[in-house]
Amino acid sequence: MDRVRSHVLICAGTGCTSSGAKKVESAFQEQLAQKGLAKEVKIVETGCHGFCEMGPLVIVYPEGVFYVRVQEDDVADIVETHLLKGRIVERLLYKEPLTHEKIPSYKDIGFYKKQQRLVLANCGHINPEVIEEYIAEGGYEALAKVLTTMTPQQVVAECKKSGLRGRGGGGFLTGLKWEFTMNAPGDKKYVVCNADEGDPGAFMDRSVLEGDPHRIIEGMAICGYAIGADEGYIYVRAEYPLAIKRLKIAIKQAEDMGLLGDNIFGSGFNFRLKIKEGAGAFVCGEETALLASIEGKRGMPRPRPPFPAISGLWGKPTNINNVETFANVPIIFTKGADWYASIGTERSKGTKVFALTGKINHTGLAEVPMGISMREIIFDIGGGIPDGKKFKAVQIGGPSGGCLPENLLDLPIDYDSLIQAGAMMGSGGLVVMDETTCMVDVAKFFLNFTQAESCGKCTPCREGTKRMLEILTRITDGEGREGDIELLESLAYNIKNTALCGLGQTAPNPVLSTLRYFRDEYEAHIHAKRCPAGACSKLAGFTITELCKGCSLCKKSCPVDAISGEVKALHVIDQAKCIKCGACIAKCPFKAIIKG
Amino acid sequence: MSADNKCCCCGGGNQFAQLDEMLAKYQGVKGALIPVLQEAQNMHGYLPKEVIERIAEKLDIPVSQIYGVATFYSQFHLNPRGRNIIRVCQGTACHVRGAKAVLKAIEDNLKIAAGGTTPDLKFTLETVACIGACGLAPVLMVNDDTHGRLTPEAIPEILAKYA
Ligand SMILES: Cc1cc2nc3c(=O)[nH]c(=O)nc-3n(C[C@H](O)[C@H](O)[C@H](O)COP(=O)(O)O)c2cc1C
Ligand code: FES
Repeated sequence: MDRVRSHVLICAGTGCTSSGAKKVESAFQEQLAQKGLAKEVKIVETGCHGFCEMGPLVIVYPEGVFYVRVQEDDVADIVETHLLKGRIVERLLYKEPLTHEKIPSYKDIGFYKKQQRLVLANCGHINPEVIEEYIAEGGYEALAKVLTTMTPQQVVAECKKSGLRGRGGGGFLTGLKWEFTMNAPGDKKYVVCNADEGDPGAFMDRSVLEGDPHRIIEGMAICGYAIGADEGYIYVRAEYPLAIKRLKIAIKQAEDMGLLGDNIFGSGFNFRLKIKEGAGAFVCGEETALLASIEGKRGMPRPRPPFPAISGLWGKPTNINNVETFANVPIIFTKGADWYASIGTERSKGTKVFALTGKINHTGLAEVPMGISMREIIFDIGGGIPDGKKFKAVQIGGPSGGCLPENLLDLPIDYDSLIQAGAMMGSGGLVVMDETTCMVDVAKFFLNFTQAESCGKCTPCREGTKRMLEILTRITDGEGREGDIELLESLAYNIKNTALCGLGQTAPNPVLSTLRYFRDEYEAHIHAKRCPAGACSKLAGFTITELCKGCSLCKKSCPVDAISGEVKALHVIDQAKCIKCGACIAKCPFKAIIKG
Repeated sequence: MSADNKCCCCGGGNQFAQLDEMLAKYQGVKGALIPVLQEAQNMHGYLPKEVIERIAEKLDIPVSQIYGVATFYSQFHLNPRGRNIIRVCQGTACHVRGAKAVLKAIEDNLKIAAGGTTPDLKFTLETVACIGACGLAPVLMVNDDTHGRLTPEAIPEILAKYA
């Protein structure tokens, strides 16, 4: 057999694929064949590394050199310089944005250094379409241990002891949920994995599904054994075609190896998995709506109780957990509940994967221990704000969450501290905003989303969110009225207290939290008809400052003759005539004209 | 939907042969309606009235209930659609990185508004809230291909690939 001396890992996640990873891969195949290296150097397609911003990513082992933004044309150089001559291709290395230092090994990059990758340990390092690679990393050991040495009661007890809480948003204790379903009367029970990931700005579940699908299968099988279920469903949103494909491959491989099916590990335990594709409705992420959707109905939530643990899919006891929750399960059973519980804070154990997006240098996925501060996530891992702009706020928890301002950046992040600060963990999407983001516009954005996704079953959510959106729209259009803030607040509390499901109950959160921390921005819009961030185009007034030298270039550029002034004297803009086109700003050589 | 909206893709003979074959697979399967509609839409590009009626008959589900489901989920379409489906993300991450301008550039280029289809049935333009590629915001999908780090200037070139 030929000895493989080097491995070239190419990320085949959604991010890198859309940046051209497939072309890079064929270029490698071609170049390696041409140089006669095809047998010595093995190409491995991996899942997502989480550093999508820098894709396509290529890692060359055994050295572990990390190349970023690799394009087709760079491949010849990597093959020639690195794989043949053994020298690193400097120009393709990652450069720290602050120090400009070039870093060859990915472990030393700021983005990865502060992370603790447990759930994402395999993502980007194994080929997700090859079950043997998962097994080589210790995969399915937890399932073997559980099935051959533990009783269901012991499994539940261990899960409770680990302190694992649901990663789907609510943060409910996973072990406790399993216990309810285990104890629920009935001989037919189901396990359901919620892979609907609808929060805009969140893509951690997607990366695990695409990068390490067997981990989820293993977690679900352990859960099935604990609660006494022999059948499970994975509900994946239709927008994730690659995740669906990889899951199908993984399920088939697990079946072929006897890791799914009858009498797994000779234990007498049977377990089968099916995939259900979503059909495009955010509310189907809510558990009762999701179950209705699996049953082939309109995905409308229903009041709880009864909880799915008692009456779920087709009326049978059903345990439903999020993707990341299940992905944590094998870790607990290989490393032990005590080890797991040693990570994190008093009441939030383990790690959490955050999706960093928005106005941040390193967009991507970061897995960190609970209790880390937002400042560490945004500045140490995320590399801070691009273009020298100032941080303003970070929105956490998507449309049901809230935002945190600068003075809360040092708050240790866990489920409870976030609720206290008026935000919530949600799925873990972090959208960073800088000084040019208008917080009223952000609130309007979320309301627009929840209003459109409201299923319409209950009045507070269906009508209330519409009214709130109307008010926000008129505020950002410069037609805000006296009393609008109070009206928003009263609507918000009413909807929170009376809506049927989590969608409505949390929909007002973005408004309440921006009002709590950025009330002055609302007031500026309403009273002064001004958008301090200069983002609301209908309000963006232009003014000429003292920096004006009177060159009159602006006057000449103005299409509606709104600017007047003598040469060499301060010019002024007639606000009534101004159409806010911005032509004057572009022309002014002295940066004397400001917007906002 | 107009009454003359006939299924256009299946010629003479039993125009439902392919559909019936698929429906046979789902006989007696619990919760089959959504996957059935998904497969039917894959065959026809949308859900023509005749197809819905055929499904109702074969699966013994009232037509009204099928309409209820088909109109609830944004994935299902009751009218013909373009050969290429453009989905422009308007999710949070894309929003703060300029997704509005990208959408506007496409609308201007194709001369249709979001939700519309070009008269030559080449493109249908839709918006979505997050396709999970936020790291590359702003992004869009054309069919199953994801395009990221967009600017309004990049739009004509991308569209040209599918024209
Ligand atoms: C409107 C709405 C959307 C939701 N979307 C999701 C989702 O996309 N993924 C998810 O795992 N949970 C989602 N949830 C939470 C689920 O209802 C449920 O609590 C969760 O799947 C339980 O799993 P966990 O205990 O592992 O967190 C959503 C809830 C609401 C109210
Ligand atoms: S917000 Fe656009 S891909 Fe996530």
